[in-house]
Amino acid sequence: MSFAMEPYLALLLIGFLPSEAWRWLGIVLGRGLDENSEIILWVRAVATALIAGVVARIVLIPPGALAGVPLSVRLVALGGGFLAFLFIRRSAFAGVLAGEALLIAGALAFGT
Amino acid sequence: MSEPSAESPPKSAAKAFADGLRSAFGSVFFYVLLGNYLGIGALAHEFNFSVLWMVLSTILIWAAPAQLILISTLGTSTLIEVAIAVTLSSVRFLPMVAGLLPTLRAEGTRQRDLVLPMHFTAISVWVEGLRLAGLLPRAERVAFYNGLGTGLMFSAAVASAGGYYLAATLPPLLAAALLFFTPMAVLMVSARNSRTLLDGLSFGLGLVVWPAVAAMKLGLELMWTGLIAGTIAYVVHRVREGVR
Repeated sequence: MSFAMEPYLALLLIGFLPSEAWRWLGIVLGRGLDENSEIILWVRAVATALIAGVVARIVLIPPGALAGVPLSVRLVALGGGFLAFLFIRRSAFAGVLAGEALLIAGALAFGT
Repeated sequence: MSEPSAESPPKSAAKAFADGLRSAFGSVFFYVLLGNYLGIGALAHEFNFSVLWMVLSTILIWAAPAQLILISTLGTSTLIEVAIAVTLSSVRFLPMVAGLLPTLRAEGTRQRDLVLPMHFTAISVWVEGLRLAGLLPRAERVAFYNGLGTGLMFSAAVASAGGYYLAATLPPLLAAALLFFTPMAVLMVSARNSRTLLDGLSFGLGLVVWPAVAAMKLGLELMWTGLIAGTIAYVVHRVREGVR
């Protein structure tokens, strides 16, 4: 079950296909689909929460070099970036910048 | 440039494609994709994929969330789990494509003419395409959209390889900052795009539910996170709608 076996097969079968199938289905079903129907709203909520799960996973169980930064620094950087976003005119750019600055400063202070 | 053919009206396809390309390079998404895919490329390096795999995933999957799921879970989760998570994360393409078709369809557009533009459909191309293609004559729209998609995908593919090599060569501190970029950017973009309580609540709950589900070691963590947090957010949204 590890990607060392067949990463390219996995790319096609469980990366490309499950994404592309929805696009094809969109062409086939075409119109007659209400963007704001209840089922679409629920599916969007599930997908949004799932992506949030990916963010939590990368921050809590980080890969490679990011794992060298202490957990507390990673969490403070994520939270601080979000606060900067809230207080600086809801600017995503400001949020990312603040988060990155906190991460680098924290890593310098507490080691990577 | 314009070579009249039996298929297309005189000035059309090549010029419209070139216009689309030019729009891609002028789009703010060009730079957003550049940054985002630098981060994803770096993650692919740390998770031990090859650079060819990374670039191919950008061209074939063309969905940053699905790629992120694949890259971050393929080594540690069962294939079924990854497949379910990717499938759930890409459902959004269905309504996006359906919503785009009325804009792209012209007299005599065949189903297979739409396969390529629909493959290019990701948030970035979709947003710019809906906005810009709608201003053009119908006959030019598909070619324009393909040009737009090609340009934006190109920027992402180059960044995928660039981020991969940066992660390999940067000192640890900067590599860590690069790897942190994607989760930070995803959080920011989701926060900015959440116009409704439903969007914001789904994301916020997802952040909290994942660690809880992971701690329980049930397996299928991403799927459960999506279903549990998404459903709670949806129910809250329904209750509030009912109150109003």
